[in-house]
Amino acid sequence: MSGPSDFKPSNPALQWIERRLPILGLMHSSFVAYPTPRNLNYWWTFGAILSFMLAMQIATGVVLAMHYTPNADLAFRSVELIVRDVNYGWLLRNMHAVGASMFFFAVYVHMFRGLYYGSYKEPREVLWILGVIIYLLMMATGFMGYVLPWGQMSFWGATVITNLFSAFPVVGDYIVTLLWGGYSVGNPTLNRFFSLHYLLPFVIAGVVVLHVWALHVAGQNNPAGVEPKTEKDTVPFTPHATIKDMFGVSVFLLLYSWFIFYMPNYLGDADNYIPANPAQTPAHIVPEWYYLPFYAMLRSIPNKLAGVVVMFSSILILVFLPWLDTAKTRSSKYRPLAKQFFWIFVIVCILLGYLGAQPPEGIYVIAGRVLTACYFAYFLVLLPLLSRIEKPRPLPNSIADDVLAKSGKVAATVAAFIVAGGLVIGSAQSVRAEEADTPPANRWSFAGPFGKYDRGALQRGLKVYKEVCSNCHALSYIAFRNLADPGGPGYSTAQVAALASEYKIKDGPNDQGEMFERPGRPADYFPSPFPNEQAARVANGGAAPPDLSLITKARSYERGFPWFIFDFFTQYQEQGPDYVAALLQGFEDKPPADVKIPDGSYFNKYFPGHAIKMPKPLSDGQVTYDDGAPATVAQYAKDVTAFLMWTAEPHMEARKQLGFQVFVFLIIFAGLMYFTKKKVWADAH
Amino acid sequence: MATGAAAAVGTIFAAWPFVAQMNPDASTIAAGAPIDVDLAPIADGQDIKVFWRGKPIYIMHRTKKQIEEARAVPTDTLKDPATDQSRVKEGHDQWLVVIGICTHLGCIPIAHEGLYDGFFCPCHGSQYDTSGRIRQGPAPANLPVPPYQFVTDTKIQIG
Repeated sequence: MSGPSDFKPSNPALQWIERRLPILGLMHSSFVAYPTPRNLNYWWTFGAILSFMLAMQIATGVVLAMHYTPNADLAFRSVELIVRDVNYGWLLRNMHAVGASMFFFAVYVHMFRGLYYGSYKEPREVLWILGVIIYLLMMATGFMGYVLPWGQMSFWGATVITNLFSAFPVVGDYIVTLLWGGYSVGNPTLNRFFSLHYLLPFVIAGVVVLHVWALHVAGQNNPAGVEPKTEKDTVPFTPHATIKDMFGVSVFLLLYSWFIFYMPNYLGDADNYIPANPAQTPAHIVPEWYYLPFYAMLRSIPNKLAGVVVMFSSILILVFLPWLDTAKTRSSKYRPLAKQFFWIFVIVCILLGYLGAQPPEGIYVIAGRVLTACYFAYFLVLLPLLSRIEKPRPLPNSIADDVLAKSGKVAATVAAFIVAGGLVIGSAQSVRAEEADTPPANRWSFAGPFGKYDRGALQRGLKVYKEVCSNCHALSYIAFRNLADPGGPGYSTAQVAALASEYKIKDGPNDQGEMFERPGRPADYFPSPFPNEQAARVANGGAAPPDLSLITKARSYERGFPWFIFDFFTQYQEQGPDYVAALLQGFEDKPPADVKIPDGSYFNKYFPGHAIKMPKPLSDGQVTYDDGAPATVAQYAKDVTAFLMWTAEPHMEARKQLGFQVFVFLIIFAGLMYFTKKKVWADAH
Repeated sequence: MATGAAAAVGTIFAAWPFVAQMNPDASTIAAGAPIDVDLAPIADGQDIKVFWRGKPIYIMHRTKKQIEEARAVPTDTLKDPATDQSRVKEGHDQWLVVIGICTHLGCIPIAHEGLYDGFFCPCHGSQYDTSGRIRQGPAPANLPVPPYQFVTDTKIQIG
């Protein structure tokens, strides 16, 4: 896009096309011959990483849409069916869900890089503003995508965010009704969010084209912040930038795959594995980690309208950045004060993210206000002031000079960034159950990168479920056929057919128009003990026993700082199973003196609030084991928890196995990319 | 000039269906018709939750003490001043009917909790009194009273 190209294809057929549509020349001048500053560091590869992530999200999203049902009654189940039944559905869903987080992680790095090196300054203002527009579109897309699984957090997140618009005087309520297509968040809302969630990524792709166009008109900024002057200052885009970007992408893929294969739920919220329930609000409504800083600002303002205005301003202020910071020197490398304040600003953003995940009380509110003030002060006071008083250090004469004086601290900063990112990411996790005792950690056979289910435990757990839990709890996402699936309890198809035929399944209507009962088949699902939720509620003292299919993923407890950072490295993912196992063993006949248990409830040490409606379900010797395992409550609890972990994550073994193969491949690939890159760049350093 | 104006008018009219389709459709509006609720089974001090237009409506049978608490507060100390009398129907002072949606960001408050024996919102800690008025926390307004009237002494029609 830098003027007419003198590119001439050698193939006559291509020449024929080129005379009619000079697209090859355009590609050649934009992505091959295009001069790129030779001193770009690895922070500049995030542009390519973002393009890659956008393509990834669109590809996985289009495929997921082929299996998803945007209906309030069916959406939650259809997502579970994608994960359980569609070939590689678990992989595609993880790629898409984790991909959203990775996309935002990369965009934040990209934005902070622009901020640090002054990439928004003349002549790149329009380029920067287009970037802010892309970011806003991404936020809208990400929010609507999070609503689609129709879990509790989806529903209540949608309620809270759409209600933001009700803050506007007079027209607010009309806007909200218009957004909902009803009198509350419901099926029409879900349908339109699905439509828009499909549309917006393509709008983003369109704006990305403009963004790249503007980039190629103004030329890339670079760490020195001086414009290229001679040929010596630049290298051709291909192969130099292409190979470097691809190396960046391959390293990024390692991080991405770490989440996809080993901790797909680390970035999510356990509550979203509970189907949406308009009659019950989760204790803490927390957005996805990438919105937390803005959520913190919203909540720190006591007035509703002002809070909403502040939140939107915090993003819109970025549009005016080129005119707030008028310093002539671009790169913070040569601005001693701006450099320090930049890092303080990064810390402010991370801390705001941490606060966004905390309950809005006491010290958190005050800290939120102080940090919100800091955030705005950086843009409105500090940057304009610095541009007047700061004395920048001398700039290098040219990019070539800068390259000669180069020092490599990239690895250290990358490491620092990953830790910092982990901080914010994990803080989303730290908001869970109330002041209940922390469940003790267990040794699970399925933990860790090579974890596998213990077949014996799964079979014993099924027995405990059948004889005890199934009297009240449904297991409606599990079909009998699943018991023979690879990576499961390991029954044969004949055993499964025999087990299924013990059940009576309601079917019909038959030719006479009557419903009838027949013996179960492997394709049938475990029948539920109650015909509907109301019946379950009435029969159990007002508290409906939850479906157990997903319980080990739908329950969690607070890990807290700094544990959630360690969890990222140790792949600790077993909060759910630990909680369930602890709960089953946490019943005590005599509650402590300071806890009052209402009639009809029971004391449980690990249940949030301690008053649980479920009576102590297990006692020693209740279930007879055939394989000689001890018939104790502790053993029952462990076995049934392992079984329920399998029901929640039936493809876990395949996931971890494939993950190992992918890692071996990616490490080799990244290594090859690195040496290729070194070779290509040998002449440029 | 006239052509341009005609084009502008035409564009606006053509755009209108695309905006209007976003609003609740006919079946949603029909489902939002008034509902009757029988109050007879609700004992003194109890409350029920019914859904109307997808919104939870709390119907609270207030005790004498709760009514007195609500009326003892001077209205000028309130964030959203309103007398208790203005929030209930005359002659049916024991019945409080409010939409159970927190005016902050739309969570559902829990009845009979919080410092004022009224409603407590678990999301951001707003507290409402026995008249559903905001007393503490970030919510800007009282819990709204839905349109309703008494059909008989023990039956109301919401809507």
